Amino acid sequence: MSKEKIKISEALYDIMPPEYQDMVEDATYGNQDRGWKDIGESKELIEQHSLCAGCPESIAFRYILASLPAPEDTVFVGSTGCTSLVFPHVAVHNIHSLFGNQNAVASGLKRALKIRFPDVEKDVVVLAGDGATVDIGLDYTMQSWFRGEKFTTICFDNELYANTGGQESGLMQKGFVAKMAPVGKLFDKVRLPEIARESGCHYVACMTVSKPNRVEKVLKNAILVAREFGPTYIQLYTPCILEIGKQSMEGLDEMKDSEAIGGRFVFKEYMTDEVKEFLKQKDAEEKDRKKAAKLAAKAAATA
Amino acid sequence: MSDYKVVPGPEAFLPPAAAQMGIALPDPGEGHIEGRIVPEDEAIEYAARKLLAAKVPTIFPGPLVLWHWNDKAAKKAACIREIADALPARLIPMADYRPKYPKIDAAVEINPNHPNLTIWHNKIDVCIFVGVHCHQANLALKIIRGGTDCYTIALCAQAGHEDACLSLRDVNPDTLNKLTACIKKLKSEGVKSEAEPFEQFKFSRENRKPAYLS
Repeated sequence: MSKEKIKISEALYDIMPPEYQDMVEDATYGNQDRGWKDIGESKELIEQHSLCAGCPESIAFRYILASLPAPEDTVFVGSTGCTSLVFPHVAVHNIHSLFGNQNAVASGLKRALKIRFPDVEKDVVVLAGDGATVDIGLDYTMQSWFRGEKFTTICFDNELYANTGGQESGLMQKGFVAKMAPVGKLFDKVRLPEIARESGCHYVACMTVSKPNRVEKVLKNAILVAREFGPTYIQLYTPCILEIGKQSMEGLDEMKDSEAIGGRFVFKEYMTDEVKEFLKQKDAEEKDRKKAAKLAAKAAATA
Repeated sequence: MSDYKVVPGPEAFLPPAAAQMGIALPDPGEGHIEGRIVPEDEAIEYAARKLLAAKVPTIFPGPLVLWHWNDKAAKKAACIREIADALPARLIPMADYRPKYPKIDAAVEINPNHPNLTIWHNKIDVCIFVGVHCHQANLALKIIRGGTDCYTIALCAQAGHEDACLSLRDVNPDTLNKLTACIKKLKSEGVKSEAEPFEQFKFSRENRKPAYLS
């Protein structure tokens, strides 16, 4: 499928809201070079997010949606949490699963898509919060990694249960006092990136979303590796500014502070040796493709 | 045979599903009028008369006809436009099924999660659902029967809808053309459209507002 498939019936075109007309005319479906730099220049695949003003999760959503290698052939599986408030506004297929079982749903979906579309690469991406990934759904998450399911799991880690008022989660840092966790957390943040690596993930990254270039690269890596090898995992720090007592404009600073040397979210990336080789080869191919496209464009301009 | 009739509401906050009240779906070649199974042609004529008698007849085309999935969808879209022109009737799109809280623009769009808002806002008294996936149509039809006095007509490409006041099944471009022809025939026989004057809104990229607001 490509952009050519996404058309509005001519006879009813004029009554369609302009958001949909824009989606057909200006979105980046089918564009091999799509990335975060398209934001502001083309129609985004997210329409008016419903999160709090300044929420880093909304930034993460925008970068991720702009960076998907093939949004027209991607299905998201979400779970209960702030992320589930956004999916109704996203122009990519998505399924809302019960709280915690997103990786089980994604496993079945990926296998079914493989049978239904044997000649098309359909990407399945789980996108859930830390409550769904690490607490309530940890069993399903890990079991899908043990089985080597070929999809990417993204965890938006805001270190607590945000939209229910600030309860303690497994990814909350030790000692943190939240509105609904007044005693302070007594044990360490669960080391899910390390668990992912030991559980069979071929590519793991842990980071904030302060650097869009890096988010784009990591997401593309994770999806490409999931297609070829097996499970991949990305943990993104998307702080809940309300629950940690920050202002709307302080989300970016919070992320930058936490990824500084010695911080909880210093960029971490793990991959197997064969994945390293694979990504190197992909990078070289990509470079060649872009070079050829540039030369072709130059030749066309001079002709 | 059930005594229950699928008539316009407001019936209740939570109206019963018509199937639960004993209303059955029509067989191929049939339709139902308020739960009574009739031949398809009878249902088409009844629908045409209802639409002509309405003050604000409105068609809600859904994603299955708004989007050009295949040539049949585009053909159906053209047939729907002909029905709207023949009556005349407003066209209000149900482009997808997003809840769009809290800012649905009820004047110019509808979604299945609160169709009553669009019906109340525009004072719609007879409406057609066409090209809406069945599970979403069932939800919307029940909400409309529950909270409004709008007469609902479902032009379904599958097995029809018990929860509509009138439903056809297996609707294809030919069925839609039959409805257009029936409307034209009734008009030629002297049945007048009671529709209040209106201007069909048209969106454009230059002016993002609907034309009637500019």
